[in-house]
This record gives sequence, structure tokens and C-alpha cells, in this order.
Amino acid sequence: MPLFKLALRNLLGGGLRTWLNAFILSVSFVIIIGCQGLYKGMAQQMERLAIDSYYGGGQYWQANYDPFDTLTLDDAHGRLPDTLQKMSAAGQAVPVLKRQATLYAQNRVLNITLNGIKTEQTLIDIPTAKLRDTGHAIPAIIGDAMAKSAGLRQGDTAVLRWRNAHGTFDANEIYIAAIMNTHVGVIDQGQVWIELGTLQEITALPDAATLVITAKDSVPPHGVDTENWSFKDQDFLLTDERNMMASEYIEGGILYVVFLFLAMLGIFDTQILAIYHRVKEMGTMLALGITKNDLIWIFTLEGALHSVLAAGLAFIYGTPFLVWFGKVGFSMADMDQLGIAIGDTIYPVFTPGIIAGTAILIFALTALVSYLPCRRIAKLTPTDALRGKIA
Amino acid sequence: MLKKIILGICALSVVLGAVTPIAEESIASPAAVAKPAPQTATEILQRIDDNRLSDGKIAVMSMTIHGRRGDRTISAKSWQRNIQDSFTEYLAPAREKGTKMLKLGDQLWTYAPDTDRTILISGHLLRQSVMGSDLSYEDMMEDPVLANNYNAAISGEEILNGRPAWVLELTAKKDDIAYAKRQLWVDRERFIALKENLYAKSGALLKTLDVNAVMQVDGRWLAKSMIYKDALKKDGDGTSVVIESLEFNDNLPETLFSKASLRK
Repeated sequence: MPLFKLALRNLLGGGLRTWLNAFILSVSFVIIIGCQGLYKGMAQQMERLAIDSYYGGGQYWQANYDPFDTLTLDDAHGRLPDTLQKMSAAGQAVPVLKRQATLYAQNRVLNITLNGIKTEQTLIDIPTAKLRDTGHAIPAIIGDAMAKSAGLRQGDTAVLRWRNAHGTFDANEIYIAAIMNTHVGVIDQGQVWIELGTLQEITALPDAATLVITAKDSVPPHGVDTENWSFKDQDFLLTDERNMMASEYIEGGILYVVFLFLAMLGIFDTQILAIYHRVKEMGTMLALGITKNDLIWIFTLEGALHSVLAAGLAFIYGTPFLVWFGKVGFSMADMDQLGIAIGDTIYPVFTPGIIAGTAILIFALTALVSYLPCRRIAKLTPTDALRGKIA
Repeated sequence: MLKKIILGICALSVVLGAVTPIAEESIASPAAVAKPAPQTATEILQRIDDNRLSDGKIAVMSMTIHGRRGDRTISAKSWQRNIQDSFTEYLAPAREKGTKMLKLGDQLWTYAPDTDRTILISGHLLRQSVMGSDLSYEDMMEDPVLANNYNAAISGEEILNGRPAWVLELTAKKDDIAYAKRQLWVDRERFIALKENLYAKSGALLKTLDVNAVMQVDGRWLAKSMIYKDALKKDGDGTSVVIESLEFNDNLPETLFSKASLRK
């Protein structure tokens, strides 16, 4: 305890230099916590949007379905097992049929995936009620990114060409009943949504589906996993989103390293200067009976306490700033162009884990950076030190 | 006055052009054996197939894609055997030169010299257009024998491009035929389709084929120049195909119709 008091007194005695170092370190504290919170918020938002819009509580996939291989779509359909049919009837699951088609829109010819979904479903955030037949062309919903790439607006018509289950070409007009504002690329880019029964009828695939989306709170029933249908849970479905966030974290890590490097450089510099400028002081302390280990401990503690001061400063000005940031969020209005499923604004999420983790990281690094220059003290001889010499 | 004369000449040439008979060319001396006139639509269909299909042929053709940004012409040489198999090599432009395409039955591969890779065209790739034209790869995959796939009925008679023609309505015999319905304008004397409309199951017109020049090779009348158009596209003038030369040859080398020949 006397050593701690001595270290603290010496640190505060450093005056402006101490506070400047502490302030720089506190900025690192706030920025790292802010960025971590932002990434956490982005990850949560991305997962929530993907779950709400498409993944639900998990999906059952027909055995031939591979979302990364459109070549499989022609064969990826089958009749629902009884259990899934019951879930669908009870509103606990939504079957989706997927087929390839060609869209002729505004002088553009686009290869698209045609999705059939029940109009009465409410499990996922697609306004399927708009798909109710109006009597003329087939009503269809597309996402805003798809609308932009196809040059379509609500109320427009376009021609759709597809092949039915037998391989026969068919074509009809579709009517854009709604354009959904979504940030989930998997339901938007290259996707056209029409009523399930209509798609089953025009493709000569009665009762067929490619996948079944289950309700978020549903429990996967037993006995459905057969050779034709397999359950993919949320963790499996969110793998891509999580991998993408992992790479984002790595990119963010570079920013942390830069800030931490600047802060640590300041502390390292202070420690080096302290050791060279206070050699006589160290010699006196050694002459008075303090061991070299205690001396190393005092100087290391002096440096490490910068992080405690920085944490205090960060708490004082960082808390209101981060609370405000959490409410206002970070605008990402143009990010939907990148196919990232996040909203226009990301709201950071600050968890105790982020705050504690950042604090521990900075404490540990500061302690390490403070200790490294102090190793020279071990080589100090009291007589040389009293004369101001250092080995 | 001079202006009126010029306009008059122009108008006359337009009118004459409209009724000008289809261009004709004879590449080899006629060798056809006179066959009895067909009595039914099915017989007409059979005669069309007999006329255009052969066990082996070599053709040099050029394809001009009329796009919004101008025209682009691609020329190619094609070897075809047993109706089902073909090997095509692009000759021009320089960018496409050396690209090869092999069709064996219901499988299609392309080879690009730039990447030195052979790609199997299947699934959605078949729906892609061939070199940006109005033809898709899947159009090349259809069974060319019309009589195998369609029931035919004569729905009328017309004079088309100065030639007397039957109008044939073809209805698919089976469910697995790409086009549920076709409409053919067939030259009554030469048994060549001068015009063809391809329809979807819903009745929507999908593609059109207009023959604007014919040629006679070894007694068979064949299309020399035609325009293929994706009727669902609102703009565009379609894709013109011109057969530069054609020769029937039943003894094409077996080695040509193999994947190994794509890299040669």
C-alpha cells in the first residue's frame, strides 16, 4: 500500500504531462468502446433483420436446395411432410417455392429467382398481403434494390418468362403490387415474390415447396428431418452474416491498434524519460533500503495508473457522449448498396462485456508498456545511481 | 419538281421492295428426287424435317446482333452430325476468335481460349443469350425434329415474300416440349419455313424467326439469311443470321465431337 501511495503521488506530481497522457488514453478508451458498441449493434441489427425478414426460427430445406447454386433450383422442390403442413396450417411455418425465371423490364432482361409465398403469412417481414390477386396481371413484390436495378416502380408491369416443371416455356405479365423497403439482400436482389398457389400452378408443381421458414419462437418438430428435408437452425443460416461481421471486427481492430499505439507511445515515452531523469531519486531510494523489485514495482505502477486516470476521465466525458451516440446512432444510408442487411442507422450496443474487455485490454497493455522500460532498473547500482549514472 | 420525282422513285422502290420475292441462291446443282405432294399437315411437317435435317453438315455463318449501341457481327464455322451433335468454332471478331462450343445430345460445353477453360452450360446458364444475341443456349438444346414433338394442322394459306405458303399450327404432343405452340409459314413448293412464331403455354409470343433469303444446296431448300427476335424484348431489331456456305457431309470425323477437340 505505501508503494501504491508513492506511485500515485509521483504520478500526480507529473502534472500536465500526466493528465495529457491520461487524456490521450481516455480518448482511446472512448473510441474503442464506441466502435465495439457500433459493431455489436451492427451485428445484432443485421441478425435481427435477417431473422425477421427471412430466416425466422430456422428453415427446413428440400434436400436438393443449395442457395449458393442456382443450378439446383430446378430440382429443389418437394411436397411438405405432414408435420410441416400442420405447422403451416397453424401459422407456425411458411412454405416458399423457388424457381428460376427471366424478367423483361424496361428494356432490361434479368435472370431472377421467382419466389412463391402465401399471402396470409405474417411470420416474416414481407408485405405478402399486397399479393392478393387484383384480376389482371400476376401481382408481385420486389425489394427496393431490385426495383432500382430493374427500373421498376410500384404499379409498373413487366413480362416474366419461366419454364414449368416439364420444361415448357411460359410467359405472363406481372404487376408490381409493392416495393418493399428492405436491407436484407437475400430477399431483395434478383428476387421476385408472387403468391405461392399461383407459382405452383404456373410451374405445374402443386403442393411443392423449396424451403419452409419456421416461426421465431417455434420448436422444430421431431421426425421432419428425412432424406428429403433437413432443418437449418439460425446459427447455420446466420453463418455468412457472422463471418462478415468477423471480418468487420478485424478491420475495426486496425483502428484500435492505431489509437492504442499512439496512447502507449506516450506512456512508454514518459516512462523512459522518468527513468533517465530520476536516476538520483532511484539511487537514494535504493540507498534507503528499497529493493530493486520494489522500485520496478513503483515505476511500473506509476505508468499503469495512467490507465486508471484515463478510465476515470473516459467515464466523466465518455458516458454522456456514448449515451447520446447510443440514442442518435450512426447513419449508414448508403450501405444497402453493399448488400449488407442493416438499417439506415446503426444503434450501438454497449454491453458490460465490451466495457470490461476494453478496460482490461488497456490496463494490461499500459502495465506492459510501463514495465518494459523499468527493466533497466534491475541493472542499476546504488552508487552509480546516486551519482546520476545509469548502466 | 425534281424533289417530287426523287420522292416518287423512292416510294416506288419501297413498294417494289415489299413485294420483291425472297432472295434465292443455288450453291450446288439440284439433285432432289421428286416426291409426291403431301396430303396432310403431318406429311408437310415430315417434309420440312427431311428438307432441313441431315446426318452431317458443315456451315460457315455470321451472326449480327442488332443492339441499342450498334451492331456486332460474329462469324463461326459449325460441324453438325446426327441432328443432335454439333461443334462450333468462332472465327471473328478477334475477341471471340477461338471460342468453341460443343453440343453432344443434351449437354453443352463452351471453351474460352483466354482462360483455357471448358465450361458445362447447364441450368440458368442455358438461359443466357449466346454472345448477347436473341438466341439463348437453351434454344440450341431443343430437339430439332419437329415431327417428333408436334401435332400439325393447316390453318390457312398465304402469299409470303412472293411465295405461296401454308400456315401450320403446331401443338406440342407432350408436356416436356419447350414451346407449347408454334406457327409456321411453309413454302408450298420448297418445304422450308419462311417464318416461324414460337409461343408460350399462355399463348404469349416468345420468339419470331423471319427468313429473308433462301438457298438450294444439293436439291434441298434452306434458309440463307434470317432474323431471330426475342418478341418479349420491347426494343431491339433482333439477331440476323446469314449462312455464308453450307456443305452436306456424312463422314465428319468422330474425334471432332469430343471434349478434347475443344482445346485443340
